[in-house]
Amino acid sequence: MCDTCGCGATDVRVVDPGTGAVTHTHDGVTHTHEAGELGHAVPEPHSHDGGRTFHTHDEVPATAEAPAHSHGTTTVELELDVLGKNNALAGETRAWLAARDLVAVNLMSSPGSGKTTLLERTIRETAGRQVVVVEGDQETLLDAERIRAAGARAVQVNTGAGCHLDAEMLRTALDSLAPENGSLVMVENVGNLVCPALFDLGEQARVVVISVTEGDDKPLKYPHMFSAADLVVLNKTDLLPYVDFDVEALTAHARALRPGVRVLPVSARTGEGLDAWYTWLAELSA
Amino acid sequence: MHELSITQDVVRTVVDHTDGRTVAGVRLRIGALAGIVPDAVRFCFDLATQGTTLEGAWLEIEEEPGRGRCRVCRNEFEMADLLPLCPCGSTDAEVVAGRSLMVTSVEVV
Ligand SMILES: Nc1nc2c(ncn2[C@@H]2O[C@H](COP(=O)(O)OP(=O)(O)OP(=O)(O)O)[C@@H](O)[C@H]2O)c(=O)[nH]1
Ligand SMILES: [Mg+2]
Ligand SMILES: [Zn+2]
Repeated sequence: MCDTCGCGATDVRVVDPGTGAVTHTHDGVTHTHEAGELGHAVPEPHSHDGGRTFHTHDEVPATAEAPAHSHGTTTVELELDVLGKNNALAGETRAWLAARDLVAVNLMSSPGSGKTTLLERTIRETAGRQVVVVEGDQETLLDAERIRAAGARAVQVNTGAGCHLDAEMLRTALDSLAPENGSLVMVENVGNLVCPALFDLGEQARVVVISVTEGDDKPLKYPHMFSAADLVVLNKTDLLPYVDFDVEALTAHARALRPGVRVLPVSARTGEGLDAWYTWLAELSA
Repeated sequence: MHELSITQDVVRTVVDHTDGRTVAGVRLRIGALAGIVPDAVRFCFDLATQGTTLEGAWLEIEEEPGRGRCRVCRNEFEMADLLPLCPCGSTDAEVVAGRSLMVTSVEVV
């Protein structure tokens, strides 16, 4: 629920931690609040679809008993892909990025695998190329602030109740960031091994980060995420001596879902293996 | 739980294609490999339709089985999950069916 305008569970905020300016969307309608603005607090009946339907959020309509398939209705064949709108927008974003020589990478993982730590280090150790970051979390500006402290521009997308980024959120974030041509756009998705897998953002590559404390069976338990991976980064290898984690088994499980996928063991803490990560990133633009 | 946002996308898709008419029923096709739990969609549907032209509509979900095509022997086989295992023993296959997430038709008043 957006606390600026009190508008319900699907609200999304895109915050520039530098200026505090907030852009947010309700079901596809984007508007901007200046920093500190208190906003429209009265939950008037309103529309999210250009006046076609109206609703309020303070009164819950009674759920009607689902009627039996009734007479007097007309069947309309639709055959429409539910994710069609997201996928079309992702396609536009992909073309928009390519036209500006921008490379976008979507980092996905369970919470705490080390995505932000990996990004902080990547920012500090990448010379000669601007890195900008889109940070997705349900709440807080913490990760965007860490990225700024590491020296890169970032916007935070707070998804509220939402458990993943979608194409529209990345689009809004890119508009807010306005990266210079040739930049690397790193997208840190909401920490979650399930939902982000379904939503194309318009990125060039999908990276799944998994840390050695999570167990080598994770690909089998979260097959959708791993079947969509272009690269698997295995983080926290400095902790391998302390946990039962079989790197070969992890690799085999990941490849069972995504044949031939590359697995890069790294430690974002010690820097071990990061050269291969930087090479992989550099080759994406080629 | 992405099923709530998926269900909201279902509602938006229907509203966008029914010209403001009251919708009495919705039929979906959800693939076994789509990563969507039909029961979770059913659970979210009443909430997602509140205050829209779909409020009170029934929901029918047709489940589409998963199929893969083996890259070794080229045969098609049924896939119950995303781990391909062809009867020939190969584990290298592409998904050819079962990823659908479609609004197939609606009943309008
Ligand atoms: N030992 C060790 N710890 C690490 C490594 N990388 C990250 N961590 C620690 O893991 C914890 C989580 O790291 P984050 O970078 O915040 O993880 P995240 O994936 O961004 O987390 P969310 O955004 O909350 O999903 C922190 O305490 C990090 O210091 C690593 O390579 N080795
Ligand atoms: Mg993080
Ligand atoms: Zn075969």
